[in-house]
Order: sequence, then C-alpha cells, then structure tokens
Amino acid sequence: MEKFELAGVSLDVEVLGAGPPLLYLHPEHYGQLHAPFVARLAESWTVYAPRHPGFDGRRPPADFRQVGDIAYLYLDLLGRLGLDSAAVLGASFGGWVALEMAVREPARLAALSLIAPLGVKLGGRDDRDFADLSALPDDEAAGCLFVGTPPDLGTFTEAELIAVARDRQFLAYYGWKPYLHNPSLARWLHRVTAPVHLIWGEADRFVAPGLGEGLASRLLAGRLDLVPGAGHYPQIERLDATIAALAAGPCAGVGG
Amino acid sequence: MKVWHFSEMAYHPGWEELGSSLRNVVPSRVYDPEVGADLYHRYLDEWALCDELGLNIMVNEHHTTATCTTSVCTIPMAILARETKKARLLCLGMPIANRMDAVRVAEEYAMIDVISRGRLEMGFVKGAPFEVSPANSNPATLMERFWEAHDLILKALTTHDGPFNWEGQHFQYRQVNVWPRPYQQPHPPVWMTVASPGSAAEGGARGHVIASLNTGYLRTPDIFESYRKAAAGAGREATRDRFAYLAIVGVGETDEEGKRRAHQILDYSRTTPRAAAQFWFPPGYTANEVTAQKLYNRSPLMIPLRDGGEFEMQTGTVDEFVNAGVAFAGNPDTVFEQIKEFNEHVGGLGHLLMMGQGGHISHEDTVGNLTLFSQEVLPRLAAL
Repeated sequence: MEKFELAGVSLDVEVLGAGPPLLYLHPEHYGQLHAPFVARLAESWTVYAPRHPGFDGRRPPADFRQVGDIAYLYLDLLGRLGLDSAAVLGASFGGWVALEMAVREPARLAALSLIAPLGVKLGGRDDRDFADLSALPDDEAAGCLFVGTPPDLGTFTEAELIAVARDRQFLAYYGWKPYLHNPSLARWLHRVTAPVHLIWGEADRFVAPGLGEGLASRLLAGRLDLVPGAGHYPQIERLDATIAALAAGPCAGVGG
Repeated sequence: MKVWHFSEMAYHPGWEELGSSLRNVVPSRVYDPEVGADLYHRYLDEWALCDELGLNIMVNEHHTTATCTTSVCTIPMAILARETKKARLLCLGMPIANRMDAVRVAEEYAMIDVISRGRLEMGFVKGAPFEVSPANSNPATLMERFWEAHDLILKALTTHDGPFNWEGQHFQYRQVNVWPRPYQQPHPPVWMTVASPGSAAEGGARGHVIASLNTGYLRTPDIFESYRKAAAGAGREATRDRFAYLAIVGVGETDEEGKRRAHQILDYSRTTPRAAAQFWFPPGYTANEVTAQKLYNRSPLMIPLRDGGEFEMQTGTVDEFVNAGVAFAGNPDTVFEQIKEFNEHVGGLGHLLMMGQGGHISHEDTVGNLTLFSQEVLPRLAAL
C-alpha cells in the first residue's frame, strides 16, 4: 500500500502486479469480493488501485463532496505517479469517476474501460436510470446487482459488514441527489477522445445495458460488449469473461 | 409538570388493508378523503378541547404513511393558533434536515407564534429513518444539515435589522429577512427529540428542552443524566422544565377502563414498526457499526422490561408497556402513582407528552380519557 497526500487529502493506493500501468477505480460495493478480479488484473498490468476518500474510512474534507473532486484528485495522482497518458479502468461508481476525469483532461487518458459506469443519466425525469437500491427490499436490491446467488452477508466478518455500511454511506454522500449522476456530464461526453470500451452484464438490473448503448453512441470511440450470465458486477459473476473482454479492449494496447 | 396532548392523526381505517407495511410505499388509493376529512376535524376538535381542559397541545409530522396524516406539522398548529386561547402549542416537530427551505420554516414558526400571541414551542427533530425516503434528503449528511438549519432558523428569527447573508454547505440565501418577527423574545422555546445520551448531550450543551420519546424506564435516566452533564459543562443549569417524556396514557374510572383505553391507543406503538425493512437503515443515517449489525439480521423491535426480559413492540400488552415505562394506564390514582414513580426515577420531569389518542380509540373514549385525566390527574401533577 502506498500512501499519498494530494491537495490535503490522504490517499491509500494499492500497487500490485507487473506490466503496463492501469489505474483501477473501484465500484461502490463489496470490496473484498473484488480481490480476485484485481489479482487477475495484476497478471497483465501494474495496477494502481486507490481507495476513494470516505470509502477508505476517513472523513473527506468538508469541501470534498462531488465525484468531480475525486476526479481531480486522481488526475493529481496520475501526475504524482508520472503517468502522462494512462489506461483507466473504472467499475460502476469508479466508472463515473473515470468519465469525470476524461471530460476534464481528455489528453491524460489513453484508454478507458468502463464496467457498467454510473454518472450519466440519459432517460427522462420519470425514468429510473439507476434502480433505487435503498428503497427496494433486500432480495430485490440484490437481484438488481446479481443474476446468480447474491453474496450471503451472514458469512461476512464484522469488519466486512461495517465496510458494506460505510460503502453505502459514501455512495450516498457523493451520489444521493441527483441520484448517481451528474446532470451535466452527458453534454460533455464528446470531449472524451480516448477509445472507450464499455463492458456490461447482460442481466444488469441496477443500470440496464440500454444505458450502455446510449453511452457508446455518445462517445467518439465507444464500443459496448455484453457479458452473458452477469448482473451489475460481471467482474465477480463472470471473472474469466470479463478479463477476456478487457484483454481485447483498448487498455490492453496502452504501453507503459 | 406540564402536560401536552399528542395525536398522530392516524388514518387507522387503512391499517388492516395495508397489512405489514404502513409507510413509504403504501398507495394513497387506500385513503378515502371523505373519511379523512372527518378524522382531521375530529382530531382538531380533540386538541381544541385541551384548551378548555388545561392541557397543552403537541403535534408532529410524518410522511407517506397511514399511521400519521399530519404531513405538515404547522398546518394543524396554524388552525389551533386561532382556535385556542390558552394552550401552549408544541410542534415536535419540524424535521429540519428534511425541509430544504429553512427560511420557510422560520416564517411558518414566526407566523404561528404571532397569531397565537406567543404560545408556540418550536421543535427541531432529526426525523425517523423512514422519513429520509419521502424527503429524498441525503442521509449521509443529515446531521450536519440539521445543525446548519438549526443555526440559520435561530439567526433568522432573532435578526431584526434587515437582511443577512447565508452561504452555508446546505442552505444558501443572500437576503434572509424574516417577516413577521416572532412574538416571543428572543424566539420561541426550542425543543429537540432525543433517543440516546449522545443526542441529549447536544441539547444540554445548548440549553434546549429535550423530549425523550418512549425511551422507557431503563433507558431514560441515562439520557437525562447525559443532558445534565453536558449542561453543566456548558455552564447551564439543567432545570426540570428542560426535560420532557412521551408516553401513552389511558385513564378510566376503573383500572380496567383505563387499560382498555391504553390498549387501543397503544396501536400507535404497535404500528410504528410496520415499515418495510429497507427503510430502517438509510445509508449513513446511523453509525456504520450499528447499521452493520442490522444488514442481514433484521430482528423485530424489542422493548426492555424494567425487571429484565423484553417484549416485541408490535405485539406488546398493556401490562408490558406499563412495566417498560412506555405507557401509564389505569384509574386516576393508578396513573398518578405511575407517573410520580417515573418522575422520581428519571430525576425530575418538567413535561409529560401524553399520547391521549391513537389507534382505534373512539372520539368518545378520547374525550373521556382527556377529561378524566385533566380533572383527576393533572391537578396532582402540578405539585410534582
């Protein structure tokens, strides 16, 4: 774990693996269930995996409340790491952060792989682009995220349960209202010049794949791959297929 | 000890049809406005009666629920400000972290205070967890929004020399200038609801009145003690009038009649847990260590008995609720002794928030309950 101080924010960054650099931005839920995915990434890339402020157990500064703040923080991090033109992989909430980075400083990102990113709402005011997880019964909310058997919270350690509660808290902190999107992000997507590879679980009922189609059509070089047999986290439910999709995507072609 | 009559203006005719979930997701087609109109007038009549009986009045608000159709606490209070002459009027209260226009809160309170010629008591409440969803207020920042609203409302009510600027984290106004100014100076008394020693300490540090709601025989003393310590730490005297307690009260000519009335009113308590599980722990509303314990283990709400053991809130009997200190029930002598004992147990109570109406209790029984209480119990409480 490497520690950074950037703009008054303390940041823990896990660095693992070997190969070309890849900035990996984690999603909102179930950190420990993503460990196998990150380990597989490390077989092909040198993975830089920061823990988002708040999700890391520290209270963010009072003026650090927007996903755009996280985006600026990670652009600073890329500078500190000496990565002028980086490959960035973001999943769900992490995908939202990656898009906010890309519209701010397009030239700094060489390639983007996004797994079912949040952050852009394309539907109308009556449409739920993102399922209201906190208003759904537990089994229905889990069914939005997983097509197969969802994680059994009864098997989680106390620390893992606290992490679940904290992850939900900070997803709310950054994304409660407007719900999980930045209303002006859609209009700036044309600024993203890097190739963008969208990967979506075919049975995602948290953020439906239709939103991925809309996103792909709004990006200069956008492409969408669906992963069969997966919900919102194909990297958990279909690890091999997700790794294979990433290996065939633009992040694989970015040299160190 | 002052006594305040409280009702949630329940729409109990819908309870059976709605089953296990009475909040948040229940369709309003269940609500018949003609029946609802009769109920509103009935409940307002019962509050108006309090003015003649020497009781004070308390209203609250909840949202999207058949348990409480007071969705805006200042609306019944505005009616009662005109309709009553003596009773003090307690809004307990205004969920100020869920009301996105804090200046509007100051305006509503100021108007009621002036119309009632200075009889308003201003409650500021955090709001129950299931209130987050109807308000769509961010639960992860709820308490910081609460305190910012609190500071802004008090400044708005006490600034009388023209507009001031407020550009805070959650509220932004460039010309705050509330008309009318309140009748009471510097502002109507401030009340807070509390449910833990931690929230009581916040009240104690500021000298506000705290109302502990149904916290019972076992939990209430620590809550009040926390207030006293915080008050002392802030150099304030924690006088008796700073402490309020909400309980269900059923009085009858006989113990049996009082218990029967309490039994009916207690459907308020029994229906409180009837909210879908996902609305109880909004993200960040409660400490993560507490929420973590409830993520997969949603045990029913339990109430501790004073001599050990506990019972399920949704099915408790009158005797269990009385034992727990959540209800006072019986003939006037019995009820007085119960309140007297509780008063001593918690170290002195300035206010009894009496839920004298709730559940399916009829208008006639409510009037009987309030009248008998005011005649036979209230005079004796004045000496406590």
